[in-house]
Amino acid sequence: MSERKLQGIAASEGIAIGPAFRYQPLHLEVPQRKAASPEEELARFEAASEQAREELATLRDLVLERADEESAAIFDAHAMMLSDPMLQDEVKKRVEAGRNIEQAVSEAVKDIAAQLSAMEDEYFAARALDVQDVGRRVLRILLGLPDTSLDKLSQPSIIVAQDLTPSDTARLDPQLTLGFCTAVGGLTSHTAILARTLGLPAVVGLGVEALDQIPDGATLVLDGSEGVVIVDPRQSTVKRYEKARERQKARLAEVQAVAGEDAYTADGRRVEIGANVGDLDSAREAVQFGAEGIGLLRTEFLYLQDTRPPSEEKQVGVYRAIFEAMEGRPVIVRTLDIGGDKPPSYLEFADELNPFLGWRAIRICLDDLPLFKTQLRAILRAAVGHRVLIMYPMISGLDELRQANAVLDEVRAELESEGLEYAPDVPVGIMVETPAAVALADVLAKECDFFSLGTNDLTQYTLAVDRTNERVAKLFQPLHPAVLRLIKQTIDASHAEGKWTGMCGELAGMKKAIPILVGLGLDEFSMVPRAIPEAKWLIRQLTSDRAAEIAEQALSLGTAAEVEAYMHQILEELGG
Amino acid sequence: MPQVEVTVQHEVGLHARPAALFVKLASSFPCDITIANKTTDGQPVNAKSILSVLTLGVNKGHTIVIEAEGEQADEAVAALKELVESNFGE
Repeated sequence: MSERKLQGIAASEGIAIGPAFRYQPLHLEVPQRKAASPEEELARFEAASEQAREELATLRDLVLERADEESAAIFDAHAMMLSDPMLQDEVKKRVEAGRNIEQAVSEAVKDIAAQLSAMEDEYFAARALDVQDVGRRVLRILLGLPDTSLDKLSQPSIIVAQDLTPSDTARLDPQLTLGFCTAVGGLTSHTAILARTLGLPAVVGLGVEALDQIPDGATLVLDGSEGVVIVDPRQSTVKRYEKARERQKARLAEVQAVAGEDAYTADGRRVEIGANVGDLDSAREAVQFGAEGIGLLRTEFLYLQDTRPPSEEKQVGVYRAIFEAMEGRPVIVRTLDIGGDKPPSYLEFADELNPFLGWRAIRICLDDLPLFKTQLRAILRAAVGHRVLIMYPMISGLDELRQANAVLDEVRAELESEGLEYAPDVPVGIMVETPAAVALADVLAKECDFFSLGTNDLTQYTLAVDRTNERVAKLFQPLHPAVLRLIKQTIDASHAEGKWTGMCGELAGMKKAIPILVGLGLDEFSMVPRAIPEAKWLIRQLTSDRAAEIAEQALSLGTAAEVEAYMHQILEELGG
Repeated sequence: MPQVEVTVQHEVGLHARPAALFVKLASSFPCDITIANKTTDGQPVNAKSILSVLTLGVNKGHTIVIEAEGEQADEAVAALKELVESNFGE
C-alpha cells in the first residue's frame, strides 16, 4: 500500500520508526444470568475487590520500578476509587434492585464515568477513564479472566490503540516500546504523560477513523514533535526520518551539555537566561535547569493562600529562603500583581466588567499603602546579602513610577529609623506591559534601572484581545508584528539611557521568538525552567549579526502568520 | 454540628492531589463529614468519597462548606479547614 500521512496532537517529542502493534483491550461480556441473593452477589463483589486491590498493589510496585512515583500513584488512586463509598453505594443499590453483580458493577461505573465526563474538562475526562479502568478490572476478575494487558509485546513496536488506561500500560516493557499513538486523548491524557515520563515519542488524538488505516504489523514513522504518523512509509521517507532522529539525538546531547553554562551567542555576546518562579520549589527547579537567576519572582502565591495578607515576618522568611536557594544568583522580585480576575478574600473588589482594565497590580498597591509598604519592607529586609532587584507591575505612566519610588524611599527611612537591617541599594525596574509604557519608554528609562517586558499582557493590551475569551483566543498572537515593534521600541529606549531590558512573558521562552529577541538586543530572558536548556542551545547557534538580520526581516513582515512561517524556516536552518 | 466555610486557593482546585489529600484526611476521622460547593450552590456530598468530591467541581477560588457530625466532629472540621488553608501543604 502507498504511504499515508495521519495528523494528530504532538504529545511527546521524538521520532520512532517500527512495526505497529494494534492493542485491543480484552472484550468483557456482561452475563445476563439471573441474580442470586443480594448477599451472595455482594460477597462475590467483595472477593473480586480484594483481588483487584492486590493486583493494584503489585502494579504500583512494578510501575515504580519502571517509571516514577507519579505514574505509580495512579494505582493508589485506583485503589481509593475501588473502596469509594459512592461506587460501593451505586453497586449495592443495583444489586438490591435485583441485578447480578456483573451488571451492577458495569452500570454503576458507567453512571459515575458519565457524571465525570459531563463536566467537560480534560481532567475529569481522565478521571472518568480511571473509574472505567477500575470497573473493568473488577469485571474481568468476576468473569475469571487473567490480567494480560500489554505484556504480549515480543519485538520493539509502536503501540497503536483507541486509548490506553494506566492498567493497559502498567505491564508495558519500555525496552520493547518505541512510541505510542492513540485515537483519542489530549496533552494531559494518561498516554501523553506516560510517554513524556518514559521519554518516548507519542501522538494522540488521531481520530477514530484514522486507526482503521493502521493494520497490525504495518511499518510506521511517528513524529512526536509534529504530531504526525506515516503508515507504510516509502523508503525515502524512512531514510529522511532516520536522519532526523540521529540529528535530534545529537542535538539533545548538545543541549544537555550546555545547560549548566552561561549563555553566549556564537560571537560571544552575553545573554542572561533566568527563570520565572512562583515559590521555593520552582526556585530549586530553576537552578537544576541551569537558570542564571530569577527574572520574575511572582509574589501572588503569598497573598492568595490565606484569608488575610501575609505578615512582614512571613514574607521575609519566604523571600529569604528563595534568595538562598538561588545561591548568589540575581532575583527580580515583582511586587504584588493581582486583580479582580483572581481576588484574595480580604480585598474588597467591586464587580468589575473588565478586571484586566480595572483595579489591579500597582494600582491596588498605591491605594492600599499598608499592604504595599509591608511587602517592600519585607523585600528590602530579606535582600541583605543577596542580589535582589524590585520590579513594579503594570506601570502605565511616570506618575505611578514616581509614587511607587516615593513609597520605597519612605520605607527605607522607616527601616533606618527602626534600626532594622535592610539592603539600601536595590535596583528598581518596571514591567513594560501596557502600550502606554512603551510609548513613554524613553521617559521612564530615565527614572528606573531596568525594564522587563511582560509580553502576555502587552500582547493582550496592544491587540485588544482578552486572552481568556475563547472566541478571540486565536487573535492572541505574541509574534504579531505590532507587538514585535513595541518590543524593539522598548529595548532601544532603555539602551539609549544606558539601561537594560529583560523579558518575562511566555514569548521569552519560545524558540521561534528567541532569534528575533536576540537580534533586537534583549539583554535578559526569563522563562519556565524547563525551557532553559533549549534556549541556551539556540542562542549559541546565533551570531549577533545573523540575529539582527532575522529581527529586521521579521519586523518588516505584515502578519503574525508570516512571522511564524519565516521563523519556522529559520529554526530549520539553525537545526532547532 | 460544626461547620466551616473555606475558599480553595490551590491552582487546580479540589482535584487531583488536593482532592486525594482531602479525602484521605476526611477518612481518618470516625464522624460523618460532608462537603458542599457553595460557589456553585451544590448539594452536600460524602467527604470521604473521592468520586463524590470530584463531581463537586471545586475550582480555584470556589468556597466550600465542610460539616461534620459525630465523634471528633470538631477536630475533623478544623483539620480539613487547616489543610485547605495551608494550600494543601504546598
